[in-house]
Amino acid sequence: MSINSNPAKEKDMNIRDLIEQKRQSRNVKDLFEKSIPVILFLIASVSILTTIGIIYTLLSETIEFFKRVPIVDFFTGTVLKPLSQTPEFGVLPLIMGTVTSSLIAMVVAVPIGLMTAIYLSEYAADSVRRVFKPLLEILAGIPTIVYGFFAFTFVTPLLREFIPSLQATNILSPGIVMGIMIIPMIASLSEDAMRSVPNAMREGALGLGATKLEVTRKVVIPAALSGIIASFVLGISRAIGETMIVTIASGSTKNFTFDITQSMQTMTAYIVEVTGGDAPAGSTIYYSLYAVAMTLFVFTLIMNVIARYVSRKFREEY
Amino acid sequence: MVEVKPSVVMRKMNMRLRLNSLSKFIFLLATLLGLVVLAVLIYRVVSEGISWINMDFLTGKLSTQPERAGIMGAILGTFWLMLVVAPVTMFLGVGTAIYLELYAKKGRLQALIQTNIANLAGVPSIVYGILGMTVFVRALDFGNVVLAGGLTMSLLILPIVIVASQEAIRAVPNPLSEASYGMGATKWQTIKNIILPVALPGILTGAILSLSRAIGETAPLVVIGIPALLLPFPGGILDKFTVLPMQIYYWTLDSSLVAEYANLAAATILVLLIALLILNSTAIFIRNKFQKSY
Repeated sequence: MSINSNPAKEKDMNIRDLIEQKRQSRNVKDLFEKSIPVILFLIASVSILTTIGIIYTLLSETIEFFKRVPIVDFFTGTVLKPLSQTPEFGVLPLIMGTVTSSLIAMVVAVPIGLMTAIYLSEYAADSVRRVFKPLLEILAGIPTIVYGFFAFTFVTPLLREFIPSLQATNILSPGIVMGIMIIPMIASLSEDAMRSVPNAMREGALGLGATKLEVTRKVVIPAALSGIIASFVLGISRAIGETMIVTIASGSTKNFTFDITQSMQTMTAYIVEVTGGDAPAGSTIYYSLYAVAMTLFVFTLIMNVIARYVSRKFREEY
Repeated sequence: MVEVKPSVVMRKMNMRLRLNSLSKFIFLLATLLGLVVLAVLIYRVVSEGISWINMDFLTGKLSTQPERAGIMGAILGTFWLMLVVAPVTMFLGVGTAIYLELYAKKGRLQALIQTNIANLAGVPSIVYGILGMTVFVRALDFGNVVLAGGLTMSLLILPIVIVASQEAIRAVPNPLSEASYGMGATKWQTIKNIILPVALPGILTGAILSLSRAIGETAPLVVIGIPALLLPFPGGILDKFTVLPMQIYYWTLDSSLVAEYANLAAATILVLLIALLILNSTAIFIRNKFQKSY
C-alpha cells in the first residue's frame, strides 16, 4: 500500500514532491486563513479608535481650557464674550440657545411626527402608505444646509409678516425648520414601533366595540410607548447636534434670554463661529471650542444612551 | 340591574364615531403638512434658482460678481471628496461588518464594538469636524485639503455603512455558505466567492445612501476650515477645495448683503439636489435590479 514500495523511483519522487508541495501550499493557505480575522479585527478597531480619538482630543484640550478658566465659571457664567478685552467664558448663553431651539423643534416635531406615525400605521391604506413613506424619506434626505437656506430666506421673512418684532436672525425660525427636519425621523421610528404591536391586540379591542381612535389611544400607543419615547429622545439629540440651520438663521449673538424673537447662539453655532474665525491655536478662545464641543458631546451621548435604555428596558414583549 | 337607555348609548356612540373620523382627518392633515413644506421648499428653490442655471454657471469659476459666478470648483471638489470617501468607507465598513458578522465571537468585545458603533452614529457631525481638524488637518499636518476632509467624512458615515453591510451579510441564506463549506471551501473562500457577491447589492445600496449623506454634509467641513476664497480648481486629493454645500453656506450668509447671492445659493442647491436624486435613484435601482431572493 505504501507509496515507498512503488518500484518506479521517479514516480515515487514525484508523488513525494506533490505531497510536499501540497503541504506547503496548505501551510500558506492556513496562514492566510488565520491572518484574515486579524486583519479584519484591525479594520474593525478603526471605529473604536474613532471614539478614543474623539474623547481624547476633546478631553485633553478641555482640561487645558479649565486650567485657564475655572470650571465653575464656565458652567455658571451667563456672559460669553470671548473676543472682548476682558474675555468671559460662560457657557450658559449657548446652552440656553441650544435648549430653546431644541424645545421649539420638539414642539413642532413631536405632535406632527406622532400624528403622521398614527395615520400611516393605523389609518392609511397600504396604497396611501406606499406613496407617503418615500415622500417623507425625501424630506429626511434633504441636506441640512438646504433647510438653513429655507429658514433664512423664506421662513424668517414669512414669520416677520406676523411677528413684526422678530429679528432678521432669531431662534424661532431655525427651531421650527429643525422641527420639520425631525418630523420624518420621529414619524418613521414611531411608526415602526406601532406596527410591531401585534394585530391580535387591535382585533381584541375592536371586537369589544372600540373605535379606531380608542384602539390607537388605549392599546397601540401604550404598547408601543417605549419605541415612541425613544424616537422623541433621538429627535432631541438630533436637534441638539444640528449645526447649519441654527448657524445660518439664528446668528451669533450670545444672548442669555427667554425671548425667542431674538438671535441666540447654540453650542454648534459657536463652534462654527470660532473655527471659521481661524482662532490661533493655543489661545483661550481656541480651547473654549473644545470645552463647548465636549459639553455638546456629553449632551448628545446622554440622550442616545437614554433612548437605547428606554427602548430596551421598557419594551413590552408580546 | 342598571337600566340601559338606548338614547344615551346612541348619543355616546355617535360622539365616539364622530371623534374617530374627525381625528382621522386631523392625522391626515398632519401627515400632509410635512409634504406641503417639502413642496414649498422645492418650489422656492426652483423658482429662485432655475433661471440662474446655465452652462457658464456650471463650468465657471467663483466670482464676487453674481452674474459671472460659477460652481465648477465646488463640483470638482465634491467629486474629489467622494473619490476619497467612497473607497475608504467601503473598505473600512465592509471589513468591519465581515468581522462582526462572521468572525467575532459573540461576547464582550463584539458587544463593545457594536455599542460603540451605535454611539458613533449619534455623535453630531460637527464633533467629527473637530476630530478631523485636530487630527488630520493639524496633528498629521495635511492642511485643509481634500484628503483631510474626505477622511473626516469617511469616519462620519462609517457607522451607517457598517450597519447596512451587516444587515446585507446577515440576509445571505445559510444554506449557500454551508454548501460552499461542504465543497471543501475555506471560510475566506466562502466569504469571497459566496457571501460577498450575494450581499453586494445590499452593501452597495447602503454605501450609496451614506455617500449622499456625505455629499450634503456641511458642518464638519466648516470646522476643518474651507475658505470662501476664489481657489484654482482642485486637481487631486492633496489640493485645497470647496464643495457644493460650502458654497451654498457662504452665499446664503451673504445674501443679506447682495440679494443675487440668494439666487446663486438656490441654483447651487438645485445642482446638489439633482446630484442626490441621481445617487438615490441609483441605489434604489441596484436594490430592485440585483437583489435576489432565495
